[in-house]
Amino acid sequence: MVKVTTGLALVIVLGAGGAWVLSAPASPLPDSAIAGLTADVARGATVFAVAGCASCHAAPDAAYSLTPVLAGGEAFASDFGTFIAPNISPDPVQGIGAWTDSQIIGAIQHGVTPEGRHLYPAFPYAAYNKAELQDLVDLVAFWRTLPASDSPSQPHQVGFPFSIRRAVGMWKLLFESSAFVVQGDLTPDQMRGRYLVEALGHCAECHTPRNVLGGLSRGQWLSGAPNPSGTGRIPNITPGGLSWSEGEIAEYLKSGFTPDFDTAGGAMAEVVKNTGQLADADRAAIAAYLKIVPAIVSAPVIP
Amino acid sequence: MNRKMKLMTASLAVIAFAGIAFAQDALTPVAAHEAREAHMKLYAAQMGVLGGMAQAKTPYDAAAAQAAADTLVTLTMVDQSTWWPVGSDSDSVPDSRVLPIAWQSMDDMIVKATALGAAATAMQGAAGVDLASLQAAMGPLGGACGSCHELYRKPE
Repeated sequence: MVKVTTGLALVIVLGAGGAWVLSAPASPLPDSAIAGLTADVARGATVFAVAGCASCHAAPDAAYSLTPVLAGGEAFASDFGTFIAPNISPDPVQGIGAWTDSQIIGAIQHGVTPEGRHLYPAFPYAAYNKAELQDLVDLVAFWRTLPASDSPSQPHQVGFPFSIRRAVGMWKLLFESSAFVVQGDLTPDQMRGRYLVEALGHCAECHTPRNVLGGLSRGQWLSGAPNPSGTGRIPNITPGGLSWSEGEIAEYLKSGFTPDFDTAGGAMAEVVKNTGQLADADRAAIAAYLKIVPAIVSAPVIP
Repeated sequence: MNRKMKLMTASLAVIAFAGIAFAQDALTPVAAHEAREAHMKLYAAQMGVLGGMAQAKTPYDAAAAQAAADTLVTLTMVDQSTWWPVGSDSDSVPDSRVLPIAWQSMDDMIVKATALGAAATAMQGAAGVDLASLQAAMGPLGGACGSCHELYRKPE
């Protein structure tokens, strides 16, 4: 009996130790990773728009702006608790203005703070991890031009066990992938579209169903999901659910008009204001990519 | 748009919506939903004429554009005071996509309806002039539609 207990204790200790090692936050991005890159603020404005930073981090009642105050405060309810978007304005005290460029890029790509703390995956770093460093350098340079806010960030309302930040490390192990979902021989246009959709635009965060642990079901990519912020469903935008032509998709992303002259609504209304900032070629690229996503016809079954 | 026109548009929008809170002769929830949906389709039909030209899918036709814009303005003036009974939201009527929060935000709905009236009136002044004017008026019109859809319409 003593042996069994000791053995069990050993397993628990080893297991916990293993989990502790496995869930450790990635080391921050070294400064040298971005040392050779020169920032382009104007390009950064476009990256900022397509990455949709302000859609979550602007104050809840703020009007749409190309130079928003990223004061945070918007609440995002989930099965794991309610996440409150933090102040990520360049304010050095309440925002993240004191972080270096590489620290910010490390947070964007790996969901880890300069102090080595995991960020919750409500922040779509599992998409941004596929972003090109040049784009992120441009993004940060633009972001530094934005107004500061001295509103303090509000704590997340997340209960046990999800309040254990270290558990996010296990989530990352399970669900964070640096590989694009759509693979194969892609044209340059389709590759550009894949990059905009899967990396910067993080479209799948709303358009793809999630498993019980909140990981995206990559086998049901973009096939629609329950609305994360309310009732209803976010539509299936695979060729099995969206019959619009490439031109019609591109037009929607520009003006917000559907082919029957309905308009974008809900959270997508703001997304379309952002995609409206893109070049026509980029909107066409997104449309080209959406046509090669595996078609899913039936209502997806969420595991 | 001059001040008088602005006032007129605003007051018409208020008339269209004003009875909402106290209409005694409100439609049944299902009939109200059907009226709203049909009205939206009538908007879309006019928008299709204007948008088809704006997107160069159909050739610009000043008379047809003007007719569509005139109709659009008329539609914004339709009295909707019996169309918004409590209990006709997306939780209550199958296929309704008007979120319950709309009934807590009727003041804002009226502001947005007034803005739609103004955007439609601007289109009325632009549609028959030339294609460039029509195209310029299209964005604000879509924005006026979208501002309500953004806050008060359920996704699919």
